[in-house]
Amino acid sequence: MSRIDRRFAALKATHRTGLIPFVTAGDPSPQHMVALMHALVDAGADLIELGVPFSDPMADGPVIQHASERAIAKGVGLNEVLGWVAAFRQRDTDTPIVLMGYLNPVEIHGYARFALEAVQAGVDGVLLVDCPLEEAAVLKPLRDAGLQQILLAAPTTAPARMAQLCGSAEGFLYYVSFAGITGAAHLSTGDIAVRVADIRARASAPVAVGFGIRDATSAKAIAGFADAVVIGSALVERLAGAMDAEEITARTRTFLAPIRAALDAH
Amino acid sequence: MSKIVDFNAYPDAQGRFGNYGGSYVAETLMAPLAELTEAYLRLRDDPGFIAELDRDLKHYVGRPSPIYHAERLSRHVGGARILFKREDLNHTGAHKINNTVGQALVAKRMGKPRIIAETGAGQHGVASATVAARLGLKCVVYMGAVDIERQKINVYRMKLLGAEVVPVTSGSKTLKDALNEAMRDWVTNVADTFYIIGTVAGPHPYPLMVRDFNAIVGREARAQMLEEYGRLPDVLTACVGGGSNAIGLFHAFLNDADVRIVGAEAAGLGLATGHHAASLAAGRPGVLHGNRTYVLCDDNGQITETHSISAGLDYPGVGPEHAFLKDVGRAEYVGITDDEAMEAFHLLARQEGILAALESSHAVAQAIKLAREMPKDGIVLCNLSGRGDKDVHTIAAREGVQV
Repeated sequence: MSRIDRRFAALKATHRTGLIPFVTAGDPSPQHMVALMHALVDAGADLIELGVPFSDPMADGPVIQHASERAIAKGVGLNEVLGWVAAFRQRDTDTPIVLMGYLNPVEIHGYARFALEAVQAGVDGVLLVDCPLEEAAVLKPLRDAGLQQILLAAPTTAPARMAQLCGSAEGFLYYVSFAGITGAAHLSTGDIAVRVADIRARASAPVAVGFGIRDATSAKAIAGFADAVVIGSALVERLAGAMDAEEITARTRTFLAPIRAALDAH
Repeated sequence: MSKIVDFNAYPDAQGRFGNYGGSYVAETLMAPLAELTEAYLRLRDDPGFIAELDRDLKHYVGRPSPIYHAERLSRHVGGARILFKREDLNHTGAHKINNTVGQALVAKRMGKPRIIAETGAGQHGVASATVAARLGLKCVVYMGAVDIERQKINVYRMKLLGAEVVPVTSGSKTLKDALNEAMRDWVTNVADTFYIIGTVAGPHPYPLMVRDFNAIVGREARAQMLEEYGRLPDVLTACVGGGSNAIGLFHAFLNDADVRIVGAEAAGLGLATGHHAASLAAGRPGVLHGNRTYVLCDDNGQITETHSISAGLDYPGVGPEHAFLKDVGRAEYVGITDDEAMEAFHLLARQEGILAALESSHAVAQAIKLAREMPKDGIVLCNLSGRGDKDVHTIAAREGVQV
C-alpha cells in the first residue's frame, strides 16, 4: 500500500475529509521551503501538492503563474524541488507528497532519471497537468518506479471517458470543480456534488476536489461530498512576500487553521 | 533518405507525426478538442464545406496567388532562377488568411458565436479579426505586450475590424505567452468559443487542420510549376516560426523525393549567441503548447526567451510536422540572421519593387543563398508569405530613420 493510499484509508477510518494544500516550490522563499512544508503539516495538511515551476503554465491563473515566475527567477528547478522533498522526509515519513506541474521539465530531466530520483527523494505521486491518459505511455518509467499518476477529471469530461478515468485512477482522482484556470472563483456546489457522487460510485480511488476553493466556507461546502479538498491559489496568494520562516509559518497557520476546523466540524 | 515514407499518411488518428504532435493538454480541453476533431474530420470531406471554402478563397482572399519569376534579382544573384509564390498578394497581406477563412467556416458550422486568437506579428490577429467581421462573430485577440509595442499598425487594424486586443503581460510578453492566455480563455469559455490557432502547432487537430488550410499554397504552386515551367522546382524554401506558411508550401511536394526542401528559421543575432528563435536548428525535443516538438528550453525544462527581428518568427517551439520532417531527413532547417534578413529585404525592394514582410525576408535570404550555389537552369521556389507594410516602422527604427 502506497503512502497516499494509507493516508486516504486513515482519513476514511476516522471519517475525516482530507486537506491538500498546494504551494509552488520555491515560493515565497527557496531557503524556507522545507520549513513551509512542515508548517503545512503542522497546520493540518494530510497530503502536500508541490508545484514544480514551469515557464508556460497553461492551466494556471495569474496567482500561480506569478509564483512560478518568481521561483524560476530564483533558479528553482526539479533538482531543487527533489532536494527539498528529501530534506522534508528526514523528519516526516508519513505525509504523502505529490509533485504537480507540466510535462516539459520532466521530459527534459529524463523520465527514467526523474523516476529514480523522485522515489529516492520520497515523492509519492505526480500530477502532470498536460499529460492526459492518452499520452501517459511516456510515464511508464515513473509508474514502474512506484510513483502514482494522479489523474484529473473535469466538468467537460464525457461519460465514456469518465468511466475510463475512474477505471485508471490511482492514489486519488482530482476533480476540477469548473471549466477554467486555477484561482478563478465560480463554484457551484450543487453541480459539483452530483458529478463527484457519480465519480465516487464508479472509482475505487478517493476523489479530491480542487479549483476555486479559497476559505473555510467553500471548503466546508465541498467536504460534504468529497474525500479531500485542494487549496492552491488562495494559499499561494497569502504566502506571497513572506520572507522569513516565522512569517511563513504564521501565515500558513492563520490561513489553514480555520479550514482544518471547518473540515473537522463537518 | 533511407526509406520511402508516404507523407500523406501523417498525422495518425492520435495526431502524431512519428514521435511528435499528440494532445498534451489539461483534462478540461480534451472534450472540446474531441468535438473539434470530430467536426473537422467530417467537414474535411463534406462537398458543401469544400465548395464554400473554395468560393471564399477565390472571391474573398483572391486566390490563386501567382508564381512570379524574379528575373532581376536572379540575375543579380547570378545563379538559379528564383521564383516567388506571392502569398503577400492575398487579402490582408499574408498566407494567414487561408487558415482563418477555413477555421471561421468550421466555427460557423459548429455554431460558435465567439472566436479567440493569439498573434505575434499581428498578421494572424488581423486575419482572424477580418473573418470574424465578415461572419459577424465576436473576436478577441491575445497579443504579447512586447509585440503590441512593435506592431502598432496591426493592433490598430484589428481594432478597426472590430476585434478586442488583449495585451498579455505574463512571461516574455510575446507570442508564446499570448498562446498560453488564449488557451486559458478557451478553457474558461469552451461552450461558446472557437479558438483559431494561427500556426501548425498546438494540440491535435490543429497541426492537421492548419496545415490542410494552408496546403492550398503548395497545391497551387505545384500545378503552376507544371503548367508554366513544365517541371517541378529543384528546391523549395520558406521561413519557419511556427511553420504554417512553410508546411503550406512544402506539403504538396513531400512525396516528390527529388524536390529538396529547406526551411529558414530565425537565427536572430546568430545561433552561437543564444539570441535566436531557431527551435529546429538549435533546440531539442520537448512538450509545449499541447504537442511534442522541438523547443528552445534550458536544462530545467523552462522555455527560453527567443529573439528575432521579426515578431512572427519569435516563437520557441515549431509545428510537430516540421520536427518529424527534420528527424526523417525529408527537410533541412537552417538559420538566417536578422542582418541577413534585412539585407534580403532591401535587395528585393530595390531589384523587384516588392517590400517583403520581415518573416518572409528570411526565406528570401535563404532563396538567394541556395540560388547562388546552383546552375542557371535550376529553380528555387520561395514562399513570399507576407508583405512588409506592417514592418516599415520597425525597419525605420532599426536604421535610425524618423518616419
